Amino acid sequence: MTEPRLARRDLLRLGLLAGPATLAAACGWDGGALLRPSLGAVSRLNDWVGEKILFSPTRLAPTYPPSARSGTMPSYFISREVPTLPDPGAWALEVGGLVRKPARFTRPMLEALPRVSYTVKHHCVEGWTAIATWTGVPVATIAALVEPRPEARYLRFDSFDGDYYNGWDLASALHPQTILAYGFNDRPLGPDHGAPLRLYSPVKLGYKMTKYLVRMTFTRERPGGYWEDQGYPWFAGL
Amino acid sequence: MSDRVPVKRHHGLVRVAHWLNAVTLAGLVASGLQIYGAFPHFGQKGKVYPLPNPFDSGRFPQGFPEWARLGGWLAGGINWHFALAWPFVLTGVVYLLFLAISGEWRSLLFRPRDVGPALRMQLYYLRLRKEHPPQGKHNALQKAAYSVIVLLGALSALTGFALYKPVQLGWLVAAFGGYELARYWHFLFVWAFVGFTVVHVALVLLVDPASLRAMITGWYRGRFPSHD
Repeated sequence: MTEPRLARRDLLRLGLLAGPATLAAACGWDGGALLRPSLGAVSRLNDWVGEKILFSPTRLAPTYPPSARSGTMPSYFISREVPTLPDPGAWALEVGGLVRKPARFTRPMLEALPRVSYTVKHHCVEGWTAIATWTGVPVATIAALVEPRPEARYLRFDSFDGDYYNGWDLASALHPQTILAYGFNDRPLGPDHGAPLRLYSPVKLGYKMTKYLVRMTFTRERPGGYWEDQGYPWFAGL
Repeated sequence: MSDRVPVKRHHGLVRVAHWLNAVTLAGLVASGLQIYGAFPHFGQKGKVYPLPNPFDSGRFPQGFPEWARLGGWLAGGINWHFALAWPFVLTGVVYLLFLAISGEWRSLLFRPRDVGPALRMQLYYLRLRKEHPPQGKHNALQKAAYSVIVLLGALSALTGFALYKPVQLGWLVAAFGGYELARYWHFLFVWAFVGFTVVHVALVLLVDPASLRAMITGWYRGRFPSHD
C-alpha cells in the first residue's frame, strides 16, 4: 500500500532468499554469524540505557495545533491485504495476564472512558516524521481497571494483522501519552491505520505501536515483537 | 631522511585514538548511508524540503552503492550505527581529556592569532608565496582543519543523540532547529568528514609522508621537526 512497507518487505524477502552466507560475503554486511550476536548485545545495552537512564515517565512529547497536521500519514501492515474483522460487532479487547481483574473491553466501553486527544509528531524508524491527531483512552486507565500484580513488568500487545505483536516496558506503556487509539484526525480510526483499535504513543518509534489490537497481556518476562525479533531495537523509545 | 634526528611526535594514546576513530568513523558513515536509504529524503513525509539535497532519491534514484553501505538492511545498519556510536563518543571524550590535561591542545587549537599565518600558508599552497612559512608542530591551516573536524565530530554526536531520543532530549532537538533539521545536519557532516579525509590523506602523502609513519610509530623524521 505504501512505499516503506514494500521496501522493507522486499529487503526482508531478499535477505531470507539470499541467506546469511551471501549477505556476509556481500558488502552490505550485517556482521555475519560471528558479529551479529555482539551487535545484538550492544543493542540490549542501548535498550537498557534508553529505558533506565534516559526515559522519563513524566516528560511529555511536544504537542502541535491541528493546523500543523501533515498532508499524509503513511500506514502499513504485514498482511497481504488490509486486515479486517469478519464480524466487527463481535470485537473486544482482551486484557489479562498478571492482573487481578482480567476484562474484555468493547469499543463502546472504551469510548465511554475518559478520552485523551493530542496532535503529535510521529517518528518512523526509517527517518521520516508526520504530524497527526490521535484520540483514545490511556493504557494507564485500562491498567488501573484491571489492577496489574506487582510482578508484572511488561505488556504484550497482540493483533489480528498476521503474527504482528509488540512487547513494551511498563513505564512507557503507562506514560500519560500512551493510548489505545480509536480516533485519527477527528474521525474514527480507519482500517488502514489499525481499526478498530491501535496502540499510539509519541514516546516510541512507529513500529512499537501495535495496530488491529486484540489482546493486551501483562507479563513477567520480556515479550519480543514482530520486527524486534528480526533485529530491530527492542526499546525504541524516543 | 636518515640524517634527520627523529623526534617524538604523537603520544600512544593519540595514535590509538586516531586509528580507532578512522575505523569507527568509516563504519558510522557506511551504516549511516544504509539507514539513509530507508527514507532518502529530508523533512516530513510527503512534503518538499526546502534545503538542497543532491542525494534525494528523486535526483539520485540509484542510491548509494552496496560497497558504501554497512548492515545489509535497515535493522543491520541501525545496529552497526548504534554500536559504533559508543567507541566514537568514548574515543572522542578520552582524546579531548588527553589534550586538555597534557596541554597538547595548544599546538592544535586554532586561535585568532593563527589567522595571519593561515593566510600566508594558503598563499604558499597556491604558489603565490615561495618559501614555506615557519611553523611549529602544525601549521596554522592544519590547526584550523583539526579544530573544525573535532568540532564537527562533537556536533555529529550531538545531532545523533537528538535524532536518537528526540523526546527525552527535546532541548537538544530545539538547539539544532527541530528534528528534520537535525537529521539534515547529521547527514551534511558526513560530507564534511569525507571531504576532510580526502584532503587530509592527499596532503599527508604529497606534502609530509613522514607524518604517516609518525602517526603509527610516534616518531617523526620529516621536514617539520619543530615542536611547540
